[in-house]
Amino acid sequence: MSDKRWINICSLSDLVENSGVCALVEGAKNADDLIAKDRQIALFSLPSMSEQVFAIDNFDPIGKANVLYRGMVGCNQGEPIVASPLYKQQFSLKTGQCLHEEAQVNTYPTRITDNCVEVLV
Amino acid sequence: MSNQLNVVVVGNGMVGHHAVEQLVNLGAEHNVSITVLSAEDRLAYDRVHLSEYFSGKTADDLALTDEETYQDWQVDFHTNAKVVGIDKQQQKVTTVAGDVFEYDKLILATGSYPFVPPIPGGDQDHCLVYRTIDDLESIQQSASCGKVGVVIGGGLLGLEAANALKQLGLATHVVEFAPQLMAVQVDAGGGRLLKDKIEELGVQVHTGKATQVIEAGEQCRYRLVFANGESLETDLVLFSAGIRPYDNLAREFELTIGERGGIVVNEQCLTSDGNIYAIGECALYQNMIYGLVAPGYTMAKVAAQDIIANHTNLIEEAPLRFTGADMSTKLKLMGVDVGSIGDAHGRTPGALSYTYENQPLGVYKKIVVSQNQKLLLGAVLVGDTSEYDSLLQYMLNGIELPNEPEALILPSSGEKPTLGADALPDTATICSCLNVTKGDIIDAVDGGACSVADVKACTKASTGCGGCAALLKNVVDKELENRGVEVKKDICEHFAYSRRELFDIIKVNGIKSFEELIESHGKGLGCEVCKPTVGSILASVWNDYILDASKLPLQDTNDNFLANMQKDGTYSVVPRVPGGEITPERLITIGEVAKKYKLYTKITGGQRIDLFGARVEQLPDIWSELIEAGMETGHAYGKAVRTVKSCVGSTWCRYGVQDSVSMAIFIENRYKGIRAPHKLKFAVSGCTRECAEAQSKDFGVIATDKGWNLYVCGNGGMKPRHADLFATDLDDETLIKYIDRVMAFYIQTGDRLQRTSVWMENLEGGLEYLKQVVIEDSLGIGETLENQMSQVIGKYQCEWKTTIENPEALKRFRQFVNSDKQDTNIQFVNERDQIRPARDHEKIQVVNIMDTNDAQKHKELALEES
Ligand code: SRM
Ligand SMILES: Cc1cc2nc3c(=O)[nH]c(=O)nc-3n(C[C@H](O)[C@H](O)[C@H](O)COP(=O)(O)OP(=O)(O)OC[C@H]3O[C@@H](n4cnc5c(N)ncnc54)[C@H](O)[C@@H]3O)c2cc1C
Ligand code: SF4
Ligand code: FES
Repeated sequence: MSDKRWINICSLSDLVENSGVCALVEGAKNADDLIAKDRQIALFSLPSMSEQVFAIDNFDPIGKANVLYRGMVGCNQGEPIVASPLYKQQFSLKTGQCLHEEAQVNTYPTRITDNCVEVLV
Repeated sequence: MSNQLNVVVVGNGMVGHHAVEQLVNLGAEHNVSITVLSAEDRLAYDRVHLSEYFSGKTADDLALTDEETYQDWQVDFHTNAKVVGIDKQQQKVTTVAGDVFEYDKLILATGSYPFVPPIPGGDQDHCLVYRTIDDLESIQQSASCGKVGVVIGGGLLGLEAANALKQLGLATHVVEFAPQLMAVQVDAGGGRLLKDKIEELGVQVHTGKATQVIEAGEQCRYRLVFANGESLETDLVLFSAGIRPYDNLAREFELTIGERGGIVVNEQCLTSDGNIYAIGECALYQNMIYGLVAPGYTMAKVAAQDIIANHTNLIEEAPLRFTGADMSTKLKLMGVDVGSIGDAHGRTPGALSYTYENQPLGVYKKIVVSQNQKLLLGAVLVGDTSEYDSLLQYMLNGIELPNEPEALILPSSGEKPTLGADALPDTATICSCLNVTKGDIIDAVDGGACSVADVKACTKASTGCGGCAALLKNVVDKELENRGVEVKKDICEHFAYSRRELFDIIKVNGIKSFEELIESHGKGLGCEVCKPTVGSILASVWNDYILDASKLPLQDTNDNFLANMQKDGTYSVVPRVPGGEITPERLITIGEVAKKYKLYTKITGGQRIDLFGARVEQLPDIWSELIEAGMETGHAYGKAVRTVKSCVGSTWCRYGVQDSVSMAIFIENRYKGIRAPHKLKFAVSGCTRECAEAQSKDFGVIATDKGWNLYVCGNGGMKPRHADLFATDLDDETLIKYIDRVMAFYIQTGDRLQRTSVWMENLEGGLEYLKQVVIEDSLGIGETLENQMSQVIGKYQCEWKTTIENPEALKRFRQFVNSDKQDTNIQFVNERDQIRPARDHEKIQVVNIMDTNDAQKHKELALEES
């Protein structure tokens, strides 16, 4: 079954413009996944982009730590990116693809409803 | 889509794995299915760095890949799957377990095995070899119940093995049949010096000794008896007497092999069977086995390209071919630098040589040149390999030697002929990974490329190991300059300016924010290169509070969280200890804080104490307690003044001539917090004995009976540089004035991440010019520089104090915006009574198990809903 749903994370003012915060989406929210892992999602606010808020996994698959939200955001040939704070590889905020090495993180759709930031998980 | 092509790779050593990588890259869109059959019980690992297993690396650290990666790549792999049969007609291979795999193309990457000379008694329990992780495990076990170890074989690998035995705590001997060590790479003179150096390190070397039998010993487990009747007792014997290609499959299933072994291959790395390739150490090309990893990688690439090109019928214009490889090597053996280039032994007819030997310093250098003394044929370097790179370029590119070639290896009394980018011929290989020559680069520039990035994009140069980046930049810049193009020193794609230019723009236009600057002088959103650069310029020009909301996005995590990020995402905490002086009360506070928050504690190399393992959300509490006790941030995270190291000085020391501690504390407090292009380190010594090592710092101060001597632009770190003596016998006031001026001038003109040492080396006019500017005030900016400093000095605030007083800033210090939970991936284990980050395999997976009642409720709800 497609059990993706919109999860309310925080209010828009909790985000930091041109920077990141991290959300915890707890596992085991419905009876079918009694044991499911918590998920850490990095949220980036880029007011100058049409998407405004991007969401990707917080786990850096290269540095192997939950740190991506603490990376610097910017762009590479127009593609919005975050650079891992550990070893500085850039990840596309749109696709989750690492632009420097063979690596990939998940991305999640976001939306803003009544000043609340929501993520589709 | 083309038909499926089955490629089977036998052997998953370094080269076999590289072939898989190449096939995955090239074959992605061409329906290529890859099967890997490995005789070992693990996937490929880094054999080149095998010895690091003894200095703490684990099998995981050495791994080149893992099962998940291969699964992601859709590679079908089997470990413990030694191949024992090949059916060339049916195109099938059989493994030892009887599994059969069909292939369209077969790649043999079976490598080699250590040769064990047939010495009677050489097959006993503690007679071992050095090739695989399993071998190292056996060696470790055997060493734990022995005292003495012998390596038979004094070649490159033998010496590496000897080092390992020494590290394991054994009294170590090397026994070599030839009259010298490393006879393949090094000549007799070099070998002699090498032997001396290695014996100095406590390893006994026995050259010219043939072992005849290994029998039971008296003091030790075994006794080696040599041909001349002498003997040597040992508990462990390690054979390192050369390698032999693993060519048994070729022998049994009738592929052509060489007279002395090795699977014969052609330039495409094809064996005598058109569907079977051989690569790496099992392959024999023109009677040569290449026992190094780089030629193996080239073979892997050649074979993979050939397979894909044939499969897709996209035959390239100039397909890659293996045509041999240069075997020059540079390495460090037990801390001794050794380099060998080309014809090290001078075997070319008519070859002449120049030799320089400095016994007291333990340096031996020889170059071998052609009869007409125009070309470099080879070289041997022991004890000092600093000329290796440029000698290698002379040899590889056939560059004409200077008139007195000996100048290339003599200690520099004056100018050493340097090898500029212009001197390289068009055929010179600039990037060896991607095989790009200087000619290719010139073509790219002629074709319109006008930056390093352009050249990279069209030639692919420097997209492999990256080792050629500096040389590539040199060549491109030079070519552009030659064409009259002004070479841009742009910091990144968002700003067409250098750091220096940005500094002036910000200052002159009074720009206060990144947005303002990118709006008026740049484009896009910025990146991790320009943002911190601008952040640091803004901080040094205006010295505002660093956590000011507008600066947050500009800074590296270390600056944002005012702490250094560690490998597991935790942070370290370093309070300032000016001059290294600290009261017992503060020591106790530090100890108590560390205890309370369970932090790992270590004395740093900079005379202070580092507390590791703090979670981001703990930082404000930890700092509140430290600040409460009167401590301040140490800026260990900032491009700012780190430490001012001091010796105890005249207050206590019977030789001290000035109070170095007071001066160090004064200096540290004066300059703390000021942002610069890179970090700054100082030291003050109380007399000429120099216990504070001031001459290795950006600013070094050494007491004299008349005042202070000031040294500038020293560096430790990656490329140490002794500081230059700048002025002598200064009084306190002049000393500070000069430091102010030099520092302000550096902050203004230094490039991003340029330490003062590199800044000085690039400063036109060098030390003399700096003296003129600072001491003689030749530019008339002396006072301005001082004013600039006094302005920023006046604005100092402890960033941590400001932070904990600011609720807005504190909001940043939490892992989650929507939860108070902790990051469960951060886990520690204990080692030597303190914590350390858990390694991957030590971590416990944390999962949420729902309360059963809760689960029941959910289920009911779910039922109702459906
Ligand atoms: C903690 C410490 C090692 C120790 O356990 O002793 C250390 C730790 C780090 N050093 Fe260092 N260095 C430490 C003394 C040194 C010294 C010795 C000294 O200062 O007397 C040197 C050589 C002297 C010099 O800088 O000229 C040194 C040369 C480096 C370098 C190379 C700089 C260079 O110019 O080549 C780097 C890399 C860099 O800065 O780009 C570096 C970078 C680092 C970083 C920041 C690497 C990183 O990004 O994680 C480490 C941060 C650890 C942390 O979380 O605090 N560290 N580092 C020492 C802290 C001293 C202090 O109290 O602040
Ligand atoms: C201690 C040490 C230090 C070294 N240092 C350096 C250095 O500094 N620089 C350098 O360039 N080189 C160095 N080398 C050499 C380098 O490691 C080799 O050149 C390289 O590993 C060769 O790779 P390969 O894949 O050809 O062979 P290997 O790495 O030997 O891999 C071959 C694999 O094939 C397997 N195999 C064999 N037969 C079969 C079969 N029938 N079926 C299935 N599998 C089979 C073997 O078990 C092995 O796992 C070093 C080697 C050692 C041992
Ligand atoms: S030398 Fe410095 S940077 Fe390197 S590991 Fe040690 S502390 Fe870290
Ligand atoms: S030499 Fe490795 S990338 Fe150029």
